[in-house]
Amino acid sequence: MALLSILSPLFEFGFMQRALVGSLALSLSAAPLGVFLMLRRMSLTGDAMAHGILPGAALGYLIAGLSVGAMTIGGIIAGLAVAVASGLVARSTVLREDTSLASFYLISLALGVLLVSTRGSNVDLLHVLFGTVLALNDEALWLLGGVASVTLLGLAMLFRPLVLECLDPGFLRSVSRWSPVAHYGFLALLVLNLVAGFHALGTLMAVGYMVLPAAASRFWVREITPLLSLSALLAFAGSLGGLLLSYHADLPTGPAIVLCLGLIYLVSLVLGRQGLLCARLRQTKHLRA
Amino acid sequence: MSVVCGPAIRLENLTLGYERHPVVHHVSLEIPAGGLVAVVGPNGAGKSTLVKALAGLKKPLQGQVHGLRGQRVAYLPQHAEMDRSFPINVLDMVAFGLWHETGALGGLDRAQRERCHHALESVGLQGFAGRTIDTLSGGQFQRALFARLLLQDAPVILLDEPFTAIDARTTEDLLKLLHRWHAEGRTVLAVLHDLAQARAHFSHAMLLARELIAWGAPAEVLGPGNLARSMGMHEAFDDEAPPCEVPEGPAATVQAHDHRHGHAHGHVHAGEEV
Repeated sequence: MALLSILSPLFEFGFMQRALVGSLALSLSAAPLGVFLMLRRMSLTGDAMAHGILPGAALGYLIAGLSVGAMTIGGIIAGLAVAVASGLVARSTVLREDTSLASFYLISLALGVLLVSTRGSNVDLLHVLFGTVLALNDEALWLLGGVASVTLLGLAMLFRPLVLECLDPGFLRSVSRWSPVAHYGFLALLVLNLVAGFHALGTLMAVGYMVLPAAASRFWVREITPLLSLSALLAFAGSLGGLLLSYHADLPTGPAIVLCLGLIYLVSLVLGRQGLLCARLRQTKHLRA
Repeated sequence: MSVVCGPAIRLENLTLGYERHPVVHHVSLEIPAGGLVAVVGPNGAGKSTLVKALAGLKKPLQGQVHGLRGQRVAYLPQHAEMDRSFPINVLDMVAFGLWHETGALGGLDRAQRERCHHALESVGLQGFAGRTIDTLSGGQFQRALFARLLLQDAPVILLDEPFTAIDARTTEDLLKLLHRWHAEGRTVLAVLHDLAQARAHFSHAMLLARELIAWGAPAEVLGPGNLARSMGMHEAFDDEAPPCEVPEGPAATVQAHDHRHGHAHGHVHAGEEV
């Protein structure tokens, strides 16, 4: 009975159902992408890239107002520009990926803040930064669904090159020409998901869907395929929890969802099969062979 | 695995280097198809750079490599830039050796999976298929990399210091694989530091010290005179060095080429490591 009353807003309100569908789409695409971010030691790249798309989204907002289409296109263009520029610099100069990305995202972020501040009030900036998962319109839902489909298709096609690019990039380059395809394809998917994510959660919170479920799953499973599915599952569980928490406690939804994802991470960190507690409690007698 | 025999690999006046400084200087020679070649020389002699160029990963400053176009080359670098903490099991890692059959999109069929298991058995890793790669020791990991090389089934195999930091038993097992490849007619090039190994197991030896010091049968190439000469190499780059004026034309041969830096000095005992 108590459970039913906790879940009831999901049946009662259309906006809750829309929010749930939106976060399901995001869980299915952003979380598996985050697993690859983690495995390529690029977890912070997601965060950097999220800042990088800001000027595009802001420009779209300045031109067309609060329109999903304009902000999406602007964000994608800015994100891809940052991704391609930093990728080119990293692959053809002495700078490594992290430094070149940091340089370009900072330029982009400064530009974005400048654009937002010339017109528009702080409230609008807050909107771009923190999103509105409870006010997802049809356009935004289509966008989230479309991005999720493209991402899953893209990941399926890039799966083997991506795994090899993480595992042994030199070998990938020696047997095929897929290395740049995998790298830039992956970054493009990343940009798409961040742009989709900022409609729901805002630019900053969208990264939460990538980093936290991936990190949490690493404490439970040891191989890449189960990592991908578990991260999506945990992401959806976190969104469900966050939505209900925000409804019942009357809290802002974006942070509530990310905090729930964070809680899942902390619980996994302590209780997971490769977590802190298990390492302590594991039988102290070792095996013979 | 089929018996393969490609064309000979011919290096023509090959110069390789970094920022115009030569590391491999005017090397011309012909590696016969099916040769089992030891590449020997002191540190900084250009061995790895030469192997990298043969693998197609480095452009020559001058000269050319003939006979590799269109041939698949399997290359095991000295320090594989591998993420050994990546969550993948040994079988799936080794299976990437079949990339030339599966491509980027394909999966493994039952027969291919069988061959992967068989390759693991060939390198003495039966029972390891399901273990994640972070649980392997250095030697076991090198065996796994050899299993991947086996599956690559390439006519030309390049190995950069494959036995460095590998114990005697593993080295012995892996050397057997080299002989097997040799018997199948594949061309195998291995960078080595163990001279006794080069003499005992290889059909040809190439002694490099930036210049090609000697090339041919290991017993002669690795004689004390040649080894002493190889030790005389001047390792540092000279920032003031003028452009090299050796003409492009007919390739200078080992004997005729007198373009060495430094002089023979030092005294090398047979069996010592270079």
